[in-house]
Amino acid sequence: MATPTREGPPPEVTDEQLAAMHDDPRFADLKRRLYRFIIPATIGFLAWYLLYVLLSAYARDFMGTVVFGNVNVALLFGLGQFVSTFAIAWGYSRYASRNFDPKAIELHDAIHYGEDR
Amino acid sequence: MDILAQAEGSGRTLTMVLFLATVAVTIGITVWGHRYTRTATDFHSGGRSFSSWQNGFAIASDYMSAASFLGIAGTIALFGYDGFLYSIGFLVAWLVALLLVAEMLRNTGRFTMADVLSFRMRQRPVRTAAAVSTLSVSIFYLLAQMVGAGALIALLLGIQEGETYLGMDAATAKIAGIVLVGLIMTLYVALGGMKGNTWVQIFQAIILVGGAAVLTIMVLAQYGFNVSDLLGDAASASGQGAAFLEPGLRYGVEVPGDAVQTMWNKLDLVSLGLALVLGTAGLPHVLIRFYTVPDARVARKSINWGIGLIGAFYLMTLVLGFGAAAIVGVEAITAQNPAGNTAAPQLAEVVGGDVGGTTLGAVMLAVIASAAFAAILSTVSGLVIASSSSLAHDLYNAVIRHGKATEREEVGVAKLASIGIGVVAILLAIFAQDLNVAFLVGLAFAVAASANLPTLLLSLFWKRFNTSGALWGIYGGLISSIALVVFSPVFSGAETSLLGEGVDIAWFPMSNPGLVSIPLGLICAVVGTRMSDESRSDRFATLQVRALTGAGSERAVDH
Repeated sequence: MATPTREGPPPEVTDEQLAAMHDDPRFADLKRRLYRFIIPATIGFLAWYLLYVLLSAYARDFMGTVVFGNVNVALLFGLGQFVSTFAIAWGYSRYASRNFDPKAIELHDAIHYGEDR
Repeated sequence: MDILAQAEGSGRTLTMVLFLATVAVTIGITVWGHRYTRTATDFHSGGRSFSSWQNGFAIASDYMSAASFLGIAGTIALFGYDGFLYSIGFLVAWLVALLLVAEMLRNTGRFTMADVLSFRMRQRPVRTAAAVSTLSVSIFYLLAQMVGAGALIALLLGIQEGETYLGMDAATAKIAGIVLVGLIMTLYVALGGMKGNTWVQIFQAIILVGGAAVLTIMVLAQYGFNVSDLLGDAASASGQGAAFLEPGLRYGVEVPGDAVQTMWNKLDLVSLGLALVLGTAGLPHVLIRFYTVPDARVARKSINWGIGLIGAFYLMTLVLGFGAAAIVGVEAITAQNPAGNTAAPQLAEVVGGDVGGTTLGAVMLAVIASAAFAAILSTVSGLVIASSSSLAHDLYNAVIRHGKATEREEVGVAKLASIGIGVVAILLAIFAQDLNVAFLVGLAFAVAASANLPTLLLSLFWKRFNTSGALWGIYGGLISSIALVVFSPVFSGAETSLLGEGVDIAWFPMSNPGLVSIPLGLICAVVGTRMSDESRSDRFATLQVRALTGAGSERAVDH
């Protein structure tokens, strides 16, 4: 269930109030905090995935190399994609809840309730 | 040998009873959901009050279709490693949704993808384009699932050519299956709206993941939990040896002595990989799930639940696929269904039988068959809700009524639309039941990746983007994906084509258009933007603040 920061729904805001926040240095900081994670992470996982697809298409001898028992590089590489997906999802949640959410909530409240200083 | 047919009377009755029990429970949930569906927010977004685990289970349920359960397990059973390749693309794709789309979409829009696309554009043309694209993706996907469902129900009940069950022969059972699935999905949506449907999907996810987990453990137990032994057995039973555990038997096939065909096959594999990873975050039924939670943080957490469930499920299909190859055997599987769709149910029967005799075999078969049935129903109902929301909210309210329709009116139209879509889907599926429509799932992903994702990302991140760019992007991506498939071997010119070998208009050499259509969709969007002077930087400022802080976004409603 939702846990609003204050009782009841926040007061309505106009588009002008929202747009005004865009030029606030705190918003620029918020944006930087988000982009600092999502841009490198996106480039990283897409490159890692494309490498996997390209190796599956063009480096079959390498992918077929047996590592132990009946387990080959292709299987480990595939499982590696699972592991990296879980790790990025977990890492992003951790990063966002520490470095992004508190600031986002601060700005949300500043827009809806005005400055409390 | 006909393994399913051997189950005969008792097994079939058990399967039928479990089917009916599942349907009864879900319809009960739907009727309950109906009592709480009043406003447009209730119908389209379930009141925005679902928690992260609830939405996570519903996300998994929406996403795990019969194609990704029976289809992937079957592909692994017949072609080995290449089935796994499919599931990897399906899973990694969730990172696009998580990192770039879900939270900002939740904060910016209300009910549909078009809410975000049209935020700073001229409403009517952009919403029309978004509705056209949403409907195309939904109908392609829906058709593939429903044609599959008809054949599947006949197979799961073990009705063979020339046999009858409850007075139905195989052909009648197929049509009955299509009509039944169509009626149930329409009922879920028209009656339960998003609220009822989400609870139904949560229930279905539990059946699906639970059933698959039990079977996976039973298979692994047969090998003393030694995966390497299982792989070894699968490879030797397949007759392919080590090649069965390597990529290349199904996708990117190397044709000896034909370097050109080999090149196209490999590019086709890359093309498929791109569409899989970029398509998910543009699927309308996936996107609207992010509106069912109170805020962006819950949307993020719900995707993590979804990634966990979907990832675990695909790891299980890997075991089930190789298990079916090792324990059931390729010959027994293809004898039942040439595409391998019955590999998982057949495996359930054999493994159950090994552990606890014919009775447990029949029980396991019934459990896995019901899980597959749940997978079909939860995906098709998600598609019906996405397309009826878009018809009512985008086309009817915004385009036809200029945004002046009341909530009651919009909900009424959405319910009517869901019935209309249900009827159209049933008729199309009956008409197409004997055609090879498996390619439609790939086409749905290609359209989502080429038309929806580029315009969605440009809307959220590119200041200059405008109406003309959005229209060019959507129509460019949509038309190029469909046209390339029409002129490809999946449509004509080959034995396995939709139109058969007799007609040959194929000049595009790849079955998957993504490699061409995704960049083309993006280029169209950029060129279209440059061709118009419209630029609303004030609206972009509003959009960005809203997207990142959640200020001014729709709240949850309490009942």
